[in-house]
Amino acid sequence: MVPAAVLPAAAVVPAAAPGDDEHPAMTRTIPRRPDEADVPVLDVRAMSKVYGEGDTAVHALREVNLVVRRGEYVAVVGQSGSGKSTLLNILGCLDAPTSGRYLLDGLDVADLDEQQQSVLRNRQIGFIFQSFNLIPRTTAFANVELPMVYAGVSRRDRRQRTEAALDLVGLAGRSDHRPNQLSGGQQQRVAVARALVTSPALLLADEPTGNLDTESTADVLNLFDGLHSTGRTIVLITHDDEVAERADRVVVVSDGRLSERNGVRS
Amino acid sequence: MSSLEILRFAVRALLANRLRSLLTMLGIIIGITAVIILTALGNGASQYISNQITGLGASSVTVAARAPSGTAGAAAGASSRPLTSADATALADPQGAPDVAYVAPVVQSSATVTSGANSETDTVIGSTPEYFPSSNSTVASGRAYTQAEVDDGRPVAVLGSTVASDVFGAGVDPVGRTVLINDSPFQVVGVLQSKGQGGGFSNADSNVLAPISTVQSTLTGYGNLNQIDVGARSSAVQTAAESEIYSILDRRHNITDPNDRDYQLISSAQIAQVLNSTLSTLSLLLAGIAGISLLVGGIGITNIMLVSVTERTREIGIRKALGAPPSAILAQFLIESVILSALAGLIGVGIGIALTWIPLPGGFRAIIVPTAVVIAVVVSIGIGVFFGGYPARRASRLRPIEALRRE
Ligand SMILES: Nc1ncnc2c1ncn2[C@@H]1O[C@H](COP(=O)(O)OP(=O)(O)OP(=O)(O)O)[C@@H](O)[C@H]1O
Ligand SMILES: [Mg+2]
Repeated sequence: MVPAAVLPAAAVVPAAAPGDDEHPAMTRTIPRRPDEADVPVLDVRAMSKVYGEGDTAVHALREVNLVVRRGEYVAVVGQSGSGKSTLLNILGCLDAPTSGRYLLDGLDVADLDEQQQSVLRNRQIGFIFQSFNLIPRTTAFANVELPMVYAGVSRRDRRQRTEAALDLVGLAGRSDHRPNQLSGGQQQRVAVARALVTSPALLLADEPTGNLDTESTADVLNLFDGLHSTGRTIVLITHDDEVAERADRVVVVSDGRLSERNGVRS
Repeated sequence: MSSLEILRFAVRALLANRLRSLLTMLGIIIGITAVIILTALGNGASQYISNQITGLGASSVTVAARAPSGTAGAAAGASSRPLTSADATALADPQGAPDVAYVAPVVQSSATVTSGANSETDTVIGSTPEYFPSSNSTVASGRAYTQAEVDDGRPVAVLGSTVASDVFGAGVDPVGRTVLINDSPFQVVGVLQSKGQGGGFSNADSNVLAPISTVQSTLTGYGNLNQIDVGARSSAVQTAAESEIYSILDRRHNITDPNDRDYQLISSAQIAQVLNSTLSTLSLLLAGIAGISLLVGGIGITNIMLVSVTERTREIGIRKALGAPPSAILAQFLIESVILSALAGLIGVGIGIALTWIPLPGGFRAIIVPTAVVIAVVVSIGIGVFFGGYPARRASRLRPIEALRRE
């Protein structure tokens, strides 16, 4: 695997400075946000998430508040079942909160229609799932290429960027393999490549190193460091303190509530 | 993203799941093929039978002997009398039967027909010239025998087309030549037009027609008649003619119970009616089976489509999470089902049409019913597209995380 230090994220994804509207469609479908500089990337206000109803209701998030500024690197830690994935899914516009507001780049996600949300997910957010979520019976190459197809990137560019992304996660030789022909760690790295390939301004990762050995973990974390250094915003869930240490901030989730752990990194 | 990309996704997904694609297609193929074949069979049978009916003489009634049914007849077997020339003469009485136009007594026998080295066994039918219109027989070359020849008992014969070509050779006109019927010489005066496959129930093309007097003297003797063909003056008085026949023959045969006659009247209209009702039952049956096949095929398609979309709800979730707009997902699944259904429809129609070419015993052919083909194709493809598209549409509207959680 190529050390990320040698290959800054900008090399993978030549276009797009963070926050830039790389694709013209963005300006058309999503209203222009207010004053950019001061607006936090993520702004969560009194947000709750309840699964189910009545006696069986699970309060996964209880009135949480969270502000993440542009270019911040945030680690989310907490016990299993505390609500980390729930939070991240909502941040990634994959799920909707039960109550409260969620502003992404100053825009209330609840105000966006289905079409606008899909553009948002496609152009702004790179999401790495806890369980990879690769499309079965489809090659690593096609999986990584997929978000760019929906973004309308030309075939030639797609090929180039897909190869670069797979190369970056050390899977250049595996591009024709299907998920069931890859190890857990390799699948996870394909998922990482897929999240990075559109050079999203916001990277959300749910335990991206959970299935990786020490060396691969280091590689992926170096990649994230590279992205962070080019100004991208990263929110990452982890159980691993060493991973959390790399972040600017650590947010602790416990039983659906958020708290800030201080003094991790200056 | 372009429609070309969506098309590529669809084709890739179909190829990635070959077995499932095949199974889906199978339902459509079976449904369409079954409908095409069954309706074609029903249609072929109905055309075959209506040809048979037109081969029967119109507005004539055949009187034939029959064993009386019921206890009275069985007990008094002697009371059952065959049809005789005297019966025929009585029916020709203009006083007793004013609505009868003609009476053609018929005797028949099978006999060896020989010319030179060629010889075959055929049915020789002896009657009067009225037999020709009554049996719907047309003379193709030469002429029919005349009443004078019947009166004089002349040895003349009119050959069925098959007899002519078998005995004299194809392409030879036998008119004016001599043929031996059971060693008696007959002069051939005419050849009948072929009735082909639709020519009645016994093959009329291998009959020989001759004057009744001659046939009786050379072949059958002067005994009973096989049947009496009676023509009504017009089809309007057919029923009146029939009741005249009944009253004359009932008197002559000492019939007291109309349900226990020793003869029966068979009219072509009656035969046509019986056949038509049989036929419509048959057609209904086949249409029912075809409908059931379509239903079963449709349920098969529905199942596999629902299963395949449900199975792929996760995939839909992933695609949504990566930023696929609902329209792109719906388009992909619709294109997949359209490709599958249309391809299967084509194959089904191809197989169905090919199978109708298989020759059937009994000489009838399956004849394709175009409307049935169209209905089968439209229904199967409609089901395929609907049940492929509708669940996909629902799934494409789920939140990504909900789609991802579906099993
Ligand atoms: N779809 C759901 N329906 C009902 N309850 C749910 C659902 N998803 C999650 N939960 C519950 O919500 C709570 C938070 O779940 P979540 O997945 O956010 O935990 P987590 O912090 O990511 O845990 P882990 O570290 O094990 O991944 C858990 O108690 C879980 O059982
Ligand atoms: Mg989790």
